[in-house]
Amino acid sequence: MSDTQGAVWEVFVQSKPGQAHKHCGSVHAHDKEMALQNARDLYTRRSEGTNIWVVLADAIVASSPEDVASFFEPANDKVYRHPTFYHVPEGITHM
Amino acid sequence: MTQQEALFNYCLRLADNSLILGHRLSEMCSKGPFLEEDIATSNIALDLIGQANELLQYAGQVEGKGRNEDDLAFKRSERDFFNVLLAEHLNTDFAVVIMRQFLLDAFDFHFYGELKKSTDATLAAIAEKSHKEIVYHLRHSSKWVERLGDGTEESNRRIASALNDLWRFTGELFEMTEVDNLLLKAGIAVDLASIESAWKKTVADTLQRATLTIPENTFMQRGSREGKHTEHLGYLLAEMQHLHRTFPGVEW
Repeated sequence: MSDTQGAVWEVFVQSKPGQAHKHCGSVHAHDKEMALQNARDLYTRRSEGTNIWVVLADAIVASSPEDVASFFEPANDKVYRHPTFYHVPEGITHM
Repeated sequence: MTQQEALFNYCLRLADNSLILGHRLSEMCSKGPFLEEDIATSNIALDLIGQANELLQYAGQVEGKGRNEDDLAFKRSERDFFNVLLAEHLNTDFAVVIMRQFLLDAFDFHFYGELKKSTDATLAAIAEKSHKEIVYHLRHSSKWVERLGDGTEESNRRIASALNDLWRFTGELFEMTEVDNLLLKAGIAVDLASIESAWKKTVADTLQRATLTIPENTFMQRGSREGKHTEHLGYLLAEMQHLHRTFPGVEW
């Protein structure tokens, strides 16, 4: 039987104005409007958000597990690459 | 007829529209075309039953005989229900569910938009709250009408036939009775004649995008204002009420 649920869309919800959108899951839908409505029904029914983004899962380019070493393991001998010498001023949020 | 009797009947009519449509929609739970749509449909059913709950509570207060929302929902019989015939129509297929919902959402959208201005503070407050939900319901159902109408050959055939089957139940949505006229004078009720053209425009705009046309048959079925229903309502009530009637006052 063929899949009739539509494409997979990734859902990003912004919990408060000004904050970054956070990935919270995915939904099936046949078009943009349906994806938005389904995301609203599944993820923001109880005032969890102020804004929603839906993105076709196919449109997301992701790194693969084999890339871990070359992408994410920095050379630890080059300490100047790490932002540990800077102090974050007090009162700065969302950093 | 006193104004109090009229207001009681008016509240019942509004509550029954939401309750019966909500119950019909709740029958779709677990039968949606896919999971997300199933959840959307069930959410809308919950909104509608929530609206019915508030309206029945208020109806009980207006009546002043100590009946609460459960008494009014579960202990009235068919002839004492005043929901429009369209609301009780069977879930024949998904296209019928969507078309029934769309025609009533479009009506509710304009109706509750006007009811916000009611001089009855409770009805105005219920309308204010309900209208927000209805805006979303209409967005959901009208998009589905467009998708099905402008979709495949089969989806177009099904939604067109749903429109043809259901159109004859839309006339009585705008029927004014003694109740409406009495409450209209007091600024409580909505003038149904004044929202009919706005409703038609909303419906026509969506149908056009869906490549559908308003049926030409002008025969209109009526009766709900006097509690006369189609054969479907009795079965719906039997299922909806049997638990409460079997175990009076049951709580869980």
